[in-house]
Amino acid sequence: MAHELVEAMVGMREKDALRIVDEMLERGDDPQTVLDLGQEAMQVVGDKFEEGSFFLPELMLSGEMLKKMAEIIKPRMAAQAEQREKLGTVVLGTVRGDIHDIGKDIVGFVLDINGFEVIDLGINVPEEAFVEAVREHKPQVLALSGFLSLAFDSMKSTIEQVRGAGLGEGLSVIIGGGQMDETVRQFTVADAYGEDAMAAVAYAKKTVGVN
Amino acid sequence: MAENGKSWADKTAEEKRDHRYASWLASPGTEFVSPEAKATYEAAVTRISDAYSLRQPDRVPVSMNMGWYPVNWAGYTSYEAMYDYSKAADAYLRFNRHFRADVMANPIFMTVPGKAYELLEYRLYDWPGHGTPEDAGFQYKDQEWMSIDEYDHLIEDPTDFFYSVYAPRIAGGYEGFRMLSTPFDLVEMPFGTLNMGPWGIPDVQASLEKLKAAADEVGAWAGGIFPAVGALQAEGFCQIWGGASKAPYDFIGDSLRGTRGMLMDLYRAPEKVLAACERLAPLMVRWTLRHATPDTIPGIFIPLHKGADGFMSVEQFQKFYWPSLRTVLMGLIEEGFTPFLYAEGRYASRLETIMDLPKGKTVWLFDQTDMERAKETIGQVACIQGNLPLSLAHAGTVDEVTAYVKNLIDVAGPGGGYVMDLGGVTDSAKQENIEAMINVTKEYGVY
Repeated sequence: MAHELVEAMVGMREKDALRIVDEMLERGDDPQTVLDLGQEAMQVVGDKFEEGSFFLPELMLSGEMLKKMAEIIKPRMAAQAEQREKLGTVVLGTVRGDIHDIGKDIVGFVLDINGFEVIDLGINVPEEAFVEAVREHKPQVLALSGFLSLAFDSMKSTIEQVRGAGLGEGLSVIIGGGQMDETVRQFTVADAYGEDAMAAVAYAKKTVGVN
Repeated sequence: MAENGKSWADKTAEEKRDHRYASWLASPGTEFVSPEAKATYEAAVTRISDAYSLRQPDRVPVSMNMGWYPVNWAGYTSYEAMYDYSKAADAYLRFNRHFRADVMANPIFMTVPGKAYELLEYRLYDWPGHGTPEDAGFQYKDQEWMSIDEYDHLIEDPTDFFYSVYAPRIAGGYEGFRMLSTPFDLVEMPFGTLNMGPWGIPDVQASLEKLKAAADEVGAWAGGIFPAVGALQAEGFCQIWGGASKAPYDFIGDSLRGTRGMLMDLYRAPEKVLAACERLAPLMVRWTLRHATPDTIPGIFIPLHKGADGFMSVEQFQKFYWPSLRTVLMGLIEEGFTPFLYAEGRYASRLETIMDLPKGKTVWLFDQTDMERAKETIGQVACIQGNLPLSLAHAGTVDEVTAYVKNLIDVAGPGGGYVMDLGGVTDSAKQENIEAMINVTKEYGVY
């Protein structure tokens, strides 16, 4: 039997979830325990998304709930409380010539709530900016987003330049967006393509060796 | 308009439809450049009409789902096409004459006048040289333009909400409209300071100046583009769309609430979403009818966005998305139109739901939906179109395209009710791949 907070979050009862958080903190429960329950709920939501019973509305709303919880809880956490260690780093951006941000933002959001450090370079990101960011942040995953067919070329040249700069070692490149498929993956020479946001999470987790 | 003794209003949906299709075929006002051009036009319209009506045409019609490719192919940037209308016209003239699909690649739906958008300070989109590179297209900016608290205003008085709240928010050129009274105030002796006063306020005057300048620019654009469309039609290329409309859910999600807001609203304000969709549905029909005559071309373009696979569950689709969209479709069909729905992305889990439509009255262009399944489901009641992948057009070989196109004809073609097309909106491609799609269809697609 799951905790009532997990039940509320998985049941998409936002107001109930936030009320329960308030009550738990009010009666002196450990803030970290509350956050852990939030993460537990996210795991259930992720599983339901994988199996096809949850979709973007549930993914986004549960993420919103977790974010709100963190905002309430963080000020109450003891100063010495250690920041939960991140699973890894992902550099993310929509490639040059493309300003679509919906898919990219959703991917960044779910990576973040699933424990990754996300360096979001924004939209219409030139190749050099990706090279610089990979050099600086040494991510395990470079995630390129694009919606338009012109993004195919930008993805290809971005990957070429990142690898050409000698930064390909230990770096996995994933592409995502409306028209991505195996043909585009081969064309861009990316390591993988993702069909939805959770595919990016699964891929990033696999890359850093967690499940 | 009286015909056979019956006024337009008294005609049945079927009679209106017959009139529109007959008028489309006859194309009054077009002076064809040659008897061959006329024959080509009539053959294309007949072929497409047959496919739309689920009759078997002489061969599978072929169309080109085009974004900026015609402009790029002609050697221009998208910026040039949006700011120099003669270049846009030149691009589309050459493009159509070269590729010769059955359906005209139509500049009216892509090359909007950049200068007018600038004058009005439009904020919903970025466009070449104005937020996107000069060789990229215009791109929609996903954002919350209406707060969740404003649903009530939208539902109670959509026109007032649009004029006094929404327009000034999304376009700086409409800033002064915040201060105007509404046409509803024109009762009895209305011309006093309350109603007329605001028209003299500097902000309102400034908006009027901008609207006037934008209108002139749109006129210049039309002067550059429309003659090219007319010339192409005279050469035998046919247009398929007489207007556009939207799914109410997308209208709210795309333009008002933004993707994120809309997704949350399904849980935070489900009743408001439903009420707003219901309120807007008849207005989506009227939006099309306002610009239509009995001779308007039957196809009505409806791009579908936020109801695709992944955006919501089947249950949510059936509750929030489909009912009001169906109302719009039925309203258009009632007026003799043929809604042309572009199901971008994947629509696999929606195919059974959307079958609840009268037979042969809609067209569905699919992007990444399996066409064999589409044929077995929605294809039984509607013409289906698509779906050569954009990735193949861009990165594939002629052999791969040929094999894909032949397979499409094999699985979706039998019995008619199918139009060959690209699945995604094409900004870039290999010329030989587009040629292959068209030529293979013309040869292999013969019934």
